[in-house]
Amino acid sequence: MLYARLIVMRLLKAVVVLFLIVIFNFFLIHMAPGDPAAVLAGEAGATDEQFLRQLREQFGLDQPIYVQLWRYVSGIAMLDFGYSYRQQMPVFDLIMARMPATLLLTGTAFVLSLALGILAGSLAAARAKKPSGSLIMALALLFYATPLFWVALMAVVLFSVYLDWLPAYGMYTVGAGYTGLALALDVGKHLILPATTLALFFMAIYTRMTRTSMLEASQQDYVKTARAKGLSPRIIQRRHILRNALLPIITLAGLQAGQMVGGAILTETVFAWPGIGRLMYEALMQRDYNLLLGIFFFSAALVIVFNILTDLVYRLADPRIKEAS
Amino acid sequence: MSFFARFAQNRGALIGLIILVTIILMAISAPLFYPESPWRMVQRPFLPPLEVDGFPLGTDTMGRNVAAGLMHGAWVSLLIGLVSTLVALMIGVPLGAVAGYYGGLIDDALMRFTEFFQTIPNFALAIVLVAIMQPSVTSIVVAIALVSWPPVARLVRAEFMSLRHREYVEAARLVGQSNRTIILRQILPNTLSPIIVLASLMVATAILLESSLSFLGLGDPNVMSWGYMIGAARTVIRQAWWLSFFPGLAILLTVLALNLVGEGLDDALNPKLSRERS
Repeated sequence: MLYARLIVMRLLKAVVVLFLIVIFNFFLIHMAPGDPAAVLAGEAGATDEQFLRQLREQFGLDQPIYVQLWRYVSGIAMLDFGYSYRQQMPVFDLIMARMPATLLLTGTAFVLSLALGILAGSLAAARAKKPSGSLIMALALLFYATPLFWVALMAVVLFSVYLDWLPAYGMYTVGAGYTGLALALDVGKHLILPATTLALFFMAIYTRMTRTSMLEASQQDYVKTARAKGLSPRIIQRRHILRNALLPIITLAGLQAGQMVGGAILTETVFAWPGIGRLMYEALMQRDYNLLLGIFFFSAALVIVFNILTDLVYRLADPRIKEAS
Repeated sequence: MSFFARFAQNRGALIGLIILVTIILMAISAPLFYPESPWRMVQRPFLPPLEVDGFPLGTDTMGRNVAAGLMHGAWVSLLIGLVSTLVALMIGVPLGAVAGYYGGLIDDALMRFTEFFQTIPNFALAIVLVAIMQPSVTSIVVAIALVSWPPVARLVRAEFMSLRHREYVEAARLVGQSNRTIILRQILPNTLSPIIVLASLMVATAILLESSLSFLGLGDPNVMSWGYMIGAARTVIRQAWWLSFFPGLAILLTVLALNLVGEGLDDALNPKLSRERS
């Protein structure tokens, strides 16, 4: 019951945020230099005047601005994100076709970075005063400072060009015609490099967060009690410290989901991964603003979904939180 | 202990400072070493590093000098990182100060606004803003500032909330100082150290953002930047890895140095906190 109410509240909030983004998008189109009709058609610059007139009529650009806004918002409410003239397809269909690839990539990278980050962070916390602990933190700082797209390119050079272990481009072997398990293995092989390079940066963040959170938790009274009654350090570390340290990590992990969607734009561009990030790059190259704004909207929606999910996980992990928000 | 002695106690911070100073010197001396535009074709294309004198890092796909590009690019990265952080501070500090000082409805409204910006994926928003405003140094600075101010607002708000009921603030109120004076003269100076630490880390993030934007082809077409160099060499990565390698290394070192300096500043400015905190 409580969950149902919570979900309804969060969904309402999500609708408000998405509504604001739609309005924001609308004004961006009008801010762009040139005729909005040309902007929407991705044809900034010289075009056929007849075509533009037809577009202006179609988008209602001859109407007052509030009428235009209304048409735009009500269109999106009915999932009409306009038409990509460059790709000759409705924007919504284009994005939906690319969504599964992005979900697979970001989902894998998210789980990978969280698992490895928590592992590395708890090791670093347990060895806070030893060189091995410092080494983990130095590596985390290094990954944190490394540009995502560069580490992706260097991984291609190392693992695809020189070692020839893993494919550098795409999501599956073109023309191989795999099905079933063979296809899954093929996609998995293509997934390794993009997912790992995307995960590195976030792994670094989670490592640092886990260490800080665990060191804070280890100063609590219940830890002293556990130590005083003679529990082994490993049990204290796992049952008393890590469990309590996990809560803030879950919250922050949810907040980082937005960054991961952004990071996927770079990763997908480098690896030609057929998701919405790659689509965004194509839209940029072709100055296809309508498509660009559609992807922007959906990336925000994706972040909101991630946030709601982590919120639910948080509540499952800590039953004490009920009506906090 | 003096400020610098505390800073230098952190060995990493000292290394970071040395790297940072080197990169600043690189940026300043770029016109001395390479007075010509880094965009000019000066040798045959795809020259590997250390092959011809005067081209220690080789040439790119268009026969441009990679070393010249690297040095001129340092200037752009540092400039955009610094200016966009300043602009972000100019948005975030006042918002956070007002929200934290007044509380109540104003705080609620401002925090909803901040949350909205935090929900939108940063990088996607920056891409859309630069694409629509057309790539230029100004549009890149504006876009980066617009996506990076929320953490500043949150930090300043939290500081103001914890300081606004301190005795010295109550005293200032009793002697009849205006809210404006209390915010600017009493509380704000006491929040400076965490702001400075956060700002140094934000410059690092801004440099990463700028390089990512220009990697995607959204850099200012008139200035050479590290991200652009990597983006332009992306398609020839199989033939010429060095074209992407060196600019990326430059970004990595700069961002790393700024993070180390930020940690050192944190140690030096907040000596009360234990070194355990990371």
